[in-house]
Amino acid sequence: MLETVLFAALAVLAVAAGVAVFRTDSMARASYALAASFVAVGLMLLQFRLEYIGVITVLMMVMEMAIMAIFMIMFMGMNPALMPMDMVHSKKVAASAAVGLFLLLATGILLADWPEGRAPATGNLTESLGGAVMGSKMLVMLVVSPVLFATLVSALVLANPRGRYAAYPAVPAEDDADDGGNQHGAHADDDGNHHGGHGNHGDGGHQ
Amino acid sequence: MSLELVLIAAAALFCVGLYGAMSQQVVVMVMMGLELMLNGVILAAGAFWWFLAPAPDGQVLLLVVITAMTVEMAMGFAVAILLHRSRRTDMTDMASDLAG
Repeated sequence: MLETVLFAALAVLAVAAGVAVFRTDSMARASYALAASFVAVGLMLLQFRLEYIGVITVLMMVMEMAIMAIFMIMFMGMNPALMPMDMVHSKKVAASAAVGLFLLLATGILLADWPEGRAPATGNLTESLGGAVMGSKMLVMLVVSPVLFATLVSALVLANPRGRYAAYPAVPAEDDADDGGNQHGAHADDDGNHHGGHGNHGDGGHQ
Repeated sequence: MSLELVLIAAAALFCVGLYGAMSQQVVVMVMMGLELMLNGVILAAGAFWWFLAPAPDGQVLLLVVITAMTVEMAMGFAVAILLHRSRRTDMTDMASDLAG
């Protein structure tokens, strides 16, 4: 009984914090609300004896939301903790879709004939997870590792402002006054730096 | 605590995230909606593991979901930086080149 009450309280906290993410007036508060939602879900996972998953969910998400708040401060160009915001579109369509899907899922959940009488979880579950990952589920780790590495490389390629030709010397000043400068492959990026003139045309030449 | 109760909580989290992912204009806020949806998926998967099949396989599946969430965030931040650099904006409406 106490377990159910604790779970219900955490569930209400998780959903309320999730709603607060899109209701609050500041982006910093939104990221903190999302962190609170993740912490509540992490604690719920601990109730299922998923100690490892629950702890990494809490630790990872708290750090991730801190990074997200920094991103918002970088991009928004305003004090994200103070400025009100209401930057939404298709509000009614989105709300209708969300409520409709919830009703559909809740109906399915309540009407489904869930199986009963499973074997109880016993033993050291974290140890058994480690044994599975390093044993019978090693293929999963082998797939996840290159995916994470590819993500690292892709994210750096996308985010890196310096392309392959960034180390080349800038185009001489007289090219700027030349009306036909673009025809020679000169290209100015957003920072005002000029590249090109070496036969590379357009953005494709910088990749 | 029953499976139905946990799944309804997970469905509520997923649907709140869906609302955010569909309605928000700022890229980072859209990412928050996606995160919330994955939050619901994690909770539902944990409940399925606990109530239906408490074997190590289920925990490995949860690890994969959390990895997917990490990958989504990393790429999302990279795209947000690229968008801000090329368009000086962080709004999805200004990056609708591929829409429709």
